[in-house]
Amino acid sequence: METIYRRPALLADLPTHYCPGCGHGTVHRLVAETIEGLGIGSRTICVAPVGCAVLAYKYFVLDCCVAAHGRAPAMATGLKRVLPDRVVFTYQGDGDLASIGGNEILHAALRGEPITVIFVNNGVYGMTGGQMAPTTPLGMRTTSSPLGREPRQQGYPIQLPELLATLPGVAYAARRSTHSVAEIRRARQAIERAFTAQLRGLGLGIVELLGACPTNWQVSPGEALEFIQQVMLPVYPLGEFKVAAELGA
Amino acid sequence: MARELWKGNEALAEAAVRAGAEAFFGYPITPQTELLEYMARRMPELGRTFLQAESEVAAIHMVYGAACAGVRALSSSSSPGISLMQEGLSYLAGSEVPCVLVDIMRGGPGLGNIQPSQSDYFQLTRSAGHGDFHPLVLAPATVQEAVDLMYGSFELAFGWRTLVILAGDGTLGQMMEPVEMPPMRALAVERPDWALTGAAGRPPRVISSLYLDAAELEESNLRLQAKLRQMAATQQRWEGFCVEDADYLVVAFGTVARIAQSAVRAARRAGIRAGLFRPVTLWPYPRQPLEAICPQLRGVLVVEMNGGQMVEDVRCVVRERVPVRFLGHLGGVIPMPDEIEAELAQLVSLSGRAALS
Repeated sequence: METIYRRPALLADLPTHYCPGCGHGTVHRLVAETIEGLGIGSRTICVAPVGCAVLAYKYFVLDCCVAAHGRAPAMATGLKRVLPDRVVFTYQGDGDLASIGGNEILHAALRGEPITVIFVNNGVYGMTGGQMAPTTPLGMRTTSSPLGREPRQQGYPIQLPELLATLPGVAYAARRSTHSVAEIRRARQAIERAFTAQLRGLGLGIVELLGACPTNWQVSPGEALEFIQQVMLPVYPLGEFKVAAELGA
Repeated sequence: MARELWKGNEALAEAAVRAGAEAFFGYPITPQTELLEYMARRMPELGRTFLQAESEVAAIHMVYGAACAGVRALSSSSSPGISLMQEGLSYLAGSEVPCVLVDIMRGGPGLGNIQPSQSDYFQLTRSAGHGDFHPLVLAPATVQEAVDLMYGSFELAFGWRTLVILAGDGTLGQMMEPVEMPPMRALAVERPDWALTGAAGRPPRVISSLYLDAAELEESNLRLQAKLRQMAATQQRWEGFCVEDADYLVVAFGTVARIAQSAVRAARRAGIRAGLFRPVTLWPYPRQPLEAICPQLRGVLVVEMNGGQMVEDVRCVVRERVPVRFLGHLGGVIPMPDEIEAELAQLVSLSGRAALS
């Protein structure tokens, strides 16, 4: 029988700790597939975040380290500067990257560090139980914005790839989603481009991936995919915001 | 080799280069900035890594990243910057990743000022970050000693898989002294067996300070504690001056010890059998050698440029056996030999048994 799908060898054969319907499983698979497809697994180092994906090192069959909350781009900078021929990527959530790690990602991008940033946005702090994140859409109720996010109180959601796309050090900046098969395929392509930007030494590559958080959105896994389309997509339009000319169209 | 005149901060930088430092990440802050500036010139000319980070927070996590690759990485800062680095120091300790850090201490708390101080003693020896750990803390008193300690610091860091901190005050960073530089050491080619280099032809490695299971975290902590006890038992370093027959002991570290030495000389001329005990390691504190001297003493004077920090370690050793007096200046005020001598005289009259030579 012809094999049309298999678990990527760089993804450990383990049950994950993620909740049913969580977006991380899909993104882990896409990242592992991409690294395997590019044939770079034996020279890739993963920097895991603090947050739901803190255990990413258990699932990626790669050399891994775990950064402090938000500091993954700084740690990746240190690794990449002393190992320029290795491939270094960070895997970060929205609280980690867009809030506490805002300065680290901004300056890694300004310096054009040739690293790849996988940024999973589910609009909440998942690990700590669903508090408001910088990415929480306006009006959304969370445990720390119980009346709904109100801009005069809690400010506005951040569109990070659009922001970073304005910086010359960024070679690739895109946002993709994981709510449908078609979008997952586009996400896979974006992740590959973000790694290719690094392999060609073009600068920092970042892909934001909208991922479901049924547990903290308090919806079923099926409804969570609807939630992405109805609540997240209007705030977080999909697209490529920066593609270095050397990456092609 | 000829002796040359070197500024403390620059001498530390060159010593790190010669010790085989492959990567430096730092952020400007007075009074250590010349170290960063020197590295900015020197490291690229040798094809090594220099990067000015966006903050001390980022700098220490860059060091952490580079050190995860098994290279000799270091940073330097001054007191407020060390406060910011504490997060990274704790992660480095929790994952036992070695690196070297220089703290050229200035006055605090808060923004304080840029004058010399020793007020990071507690921070460096007791609470360099959350969780249970101690860095190995070395306190040079001269520029030459700063160079020598820096030259050996990576062996200590990698041998023990520990954080090594060189603690000097602003005086040491800023002053110039004759120095004999050690020879340039070849860079290490072999990487340690825990280093992240990409899992080519071997199983993947993980560097983490995360242990979600309570029993596992306790086990990891107990391993760390056992190592710290071993370090405490074997790494205590100190230097003495006129200690052999001393009735009265002045205890001081870093540049203050040099001032105290002048006071000890003067006291000897005045007929007081004084001596100087200078800890070279602040952690582990040289308790055993101090304990060994204790029985002969009639009194102890501790002099520091802080509100009384190391004095607690001294009191732990001396206990109530003889009086322990403290002389401290804060905020960048430097103690003078004559006031140390006056304190010594006070101590002698207090103990009521002045030794006549």
